[in-house]
Amino acid sequence: MTEIVFVLFAVVAVGGAIGVVVGRSPVASLLSMIATLASVAGIYVLFEAHFLAAIQVLVYAGAIMVLFLFVIMLLNLGHDYRADVKYGLWYLLSLVVVGLTAGALLQGFMGTGATGVRGDGAAAAAAIDAVVAEKGVVGAIADPLFTDYVVAFELTGLLLLVAIVAAVVLAKPRT
Amino acid sequence: MLTQALLLSGALFVIGTLGVMVRRNAIIIFLCIELQLNAVNLAFVALSRYTGIEGQLFVFFVMTVAAAEAAVGLAIIISIFRHHETVNVDKFNFLKW
Repeated sequence: MTEIVFVLFAVVAVGGAIGVVVGRSPVASLLSMIATLASVAGIYVLFEAHFLAAIQVLVYAGAIMVLFLFVIMLLNLGHDYRADVKYGLWYLLSLVVVGLTAGALLQGFMGTGATGVRGDGAAAAAAIDAVVAEKGVVGAIADPLFTDYVVAFELTGLLLLVAIVAAVVLAKPRT
Repeated sequence: MLTQALLLSGALFVIGTLGVMVRRNAIIIFLCIELQLNAVNLAFVALSRYTGIEGQLFVFFVMTVAAAEAAVGLAIIISIFRHHETVNVDKFNFLKW
């Protein structure tokens, strides 16, 4: 059952991703992207990462994609697809680079990736399930976040502050 | 299911790379970069099931950085559009020196 649901989500995710690249108007690309993000959120649920699935839908598919949509609407972008894709030599070079990337990823994942993981993972999965049962879905993430990784968390807050200030300064019309 | 998830993650990353390289619309290039970040997040979540919950924490940080990157990047696009009336990256050669 899980396998079938996974394949379903995977097909939608890859289809959406292809839609992003070949989409003729930016809005079509954006809607394909939302399909991909939602499918990836579903796969997070299959891997028992419920909090991340909720965050993925709320923050990514909700907030960030709406930000993109606002900018697309604001700029009233054209639909000149022919001028939007680089053909010719650059296209061939891109395909070569993409092929090499795919080969490297395939070698990494198939060669050592899946089998190079310590043990069969049952122990780690059981540990995660135990923590989730004890502290809840949010607590399992929040507990290490506010203890072991609190410095990184605070720095992330600082990064968001800098991003807010930078976005306001950049988008402000020069007077 | 780990192998399939890693393969899916690799496929999404490769499609995102193709999009970044062949499209000229800056907003679609940004979307493809988000796609690549998402592919990496998927690999993190899949592997966290086998190595511990730290993988999920890292996904949390990656999402925050992606949000900040999108906000600043879109502000830059708006700023460029205001001066040059285009989002075609081939016309953005004024950062060269």
